[in-house]
Amino acid sequence: MFAFIISRILQAVPVMLTVALISFAMFAYVGDPVAIMLGQDFTEAQRDALVRDLGLDQPFWMQFAHFVANAVQGEFGLSYRLSRPVADLIAERAPATLELAFCAAGIALLVGLPMGVYTGLYRNSWLSRFFLTFSLIGVSLPTFLIGILLILVFAVWLGWLPSFGRGDTVRIGWWTTGFLTWSGIKALILPAITLGLFQLTLIMRLVRAEMLEVLRTDYIKFARARGLPNRAVHFGHALKNTMVPVITIVGLQLGAIIAFAIVTETVFQWPGMGLLFIQSVGAADIPVMSAYLMLIALVFVSINLIVDLLYYAVDPRLRIGRGQGGH
Amino acid sequence: MSNAPPLLQVKNLRVEFPTRRGTLVALDDVSFDIAPGEVLGVVGESGAGKSMTGAAIIGLLEPPGRIARGEILLNGRRIDNLRYEEMRRIRGKEIGAIFQDPLTTLNPLYTVGRQLVETMTTHLPIGPAEARKRAIGWLEMVGIPAAAQRIDSYPHEFSGGMRQRVVIALALCAEPRLIVADEPTTALDVSIQAQVIALLKTLAREKGTAMMLVTHDMGVIAETADRVAVMYAGRIAEIGPVREVVKHANHPYSEGLMASIPPLDRRVERLAQIDGAMPRLSAIPRGCAYNPRCPQVFDKCRALRPDLINAGTTQAACWLYDTETARD
Repeated sequence: MFAFIISRILQAVPVMLTVALISFAMFAYVGDPVAIMLGQDFTEAQRDALVRDLGLDQPFWMQFAHFVANAVQGEFGLSYRLSRPVADLIAERAPATLELAFCAAGIALLVGLPMGVYTGLYRNSWLSRFFLTFSLIGVSLPTFLIGILLILVFAVWLGWLPSFGRGDTVRIGWWTTGFLTWSGIKALILPAITLGLFQLTLIMRLVRAEMLEVLRTDYIKFARARGLPNRAVHFGHALKNTMVPVITIVGLQLGAIIAFAIVTETVFQWPGMGLLFIQSVGAADIPVMSAYLMLIALVFVSINLIVDLLYYAVDPRLRIGRGQGGH
Repeated sequence: MSNAPPLLQVKNLRVEFPTRRGTLVALDDVSFDIAPGEVLGVVGESGAGKSMTGAAIIGLLEPPGRIARGEILLNGRRIDNLRYEEMRRIRGKEIGAIFQDPLTTLNPLYTVGRQLVETMTTHLPIGPAEARKRAIGWLEMVGIPAAAQRIDSYPHEFSGGMRQRVVIALALCAEPRLIVADEPTTALDVSIQAQVIALLKTLAREKGTAMMLVTHDMGVIAETADRVAVMYAGRIAEIGPVREVVKHANHPYSEGLMASIPPLDRRVERLAQIDGAMPRLSAIPRGCAYNPRCPQVFDKCRALRPDLINAGTTQAACWLYDTETARD
């Protein structure tokens, strides 16, 4: 088990190094940081001093090694746009994005999974047909349109929920949370639904397809032939066997929710990392962009590791090296 | 045995599959009894309706298949028209089932112990601790070595033969009076088949469990069954005591089927075979379904379907045994 985790972490190292190389290449090849930092008037001596300070006179690989060493310590330099440490900027914005992603994933899972199970079990009922039609809308409408429609209905027409921002937040250490105030929770609802809707329909369709597949298997027929109650057959035997593919997709989608909250955050002016990223792109703020890239890669790598561990927990056939019979 | 009231009665069973291109009749007019403790072998080619009969008895016909006519009675109580929940209580408790492929019959994600325990706690008034104790006993009974340790193993940690033993334990653990065994040895190595059959036979005898043994292996039937039903195109062609059917089959189809078993005591140049193939359900010929392949066919066979007729030691669905329309 421990060896398995170690080997997975070691496999992640080349992935992260590759992403680091791409991030670093942005520094080296997109724009000229010296020109950006010096502004209009400067002397040759000032320029040389800055080049030396930034280490730009060193060979490429040395610079890259520096970059990686700094990145490991969470050090990505100063934002060109805001002249503040990138790490601080991201730490400020991360709670907003993570809370939003968490809620969106929660909605997607808590609603999508039961809907998938229901449509798998009762595939000819009118409610199933309704769910399937509804899911088609969720899959095919673009996120920004759903967001704008929700704002129109619930913020503009009905006036129930705020149309932008995070509402009031409470600070706990360096983490700011919107969960503890009424306005924070209200502000969370529309963006979370917008972000989670696509994932919800995806999970529903996936669970449905997997349930239909599993319900055809011999072991489900045999479970029925043994006279087990429907609840045990459906949830104990069938649902658990759908979990391996579902965990894979949910894991990947969680990464996608965090990484690509950009559109939702822009529509709702949600002060998260996605909004920070899109503003940085506008200003060619390369340190922030490269740090964001690295962070998202780290998120995906971590989620993949967790997904692998969950496989291990769900499917005994993957528990390699288990002793014969014993625990 | 023949005097005991039947445990299972199947009367004029007809199973239909409504399809877009019309209704397929998968089983038609199938009738037989099984006495307590009796082993009825059911043989026939693939698609003859053997497994379908078993599925109808345990109430698990694949939709859209449905029982269109006829009755199934267990201990005199009609079970073919029960609601799902009532039938569920009978499955496992009164009628156990064994499926063909032990590699796919067990849920891969649960230990064999858990699967045994859940079956017993569903049907018997016992708690999990007692069920676990009995589960170890059942695993020992079906010949799993070191059962007390193996009970916490997952299905993939057992070989195919061992898994079929576990399946047998699962079918028997709530002590049903009837077992429907659908080709229990077909998926196993030949060397294991005999062991599993011997085990089934021994346990059925010890517990007084009746068995409907579906197979296309005549050797298994000859060795295990008390009576045998030969099925052809969704009907019973012949039914009778196993020795009679194997040695002196009356229906031309069973005769052909028995002749195609290669004799062990002498060399043959060519294995006997029945010409042609069984008709598809959508194209069953008029009259006797076997008439296009039958070497003794005559006019009546092409016009009318025969019911089971007394043919001496067995009953055969064949006009040859109809006294009124004797041939020529």
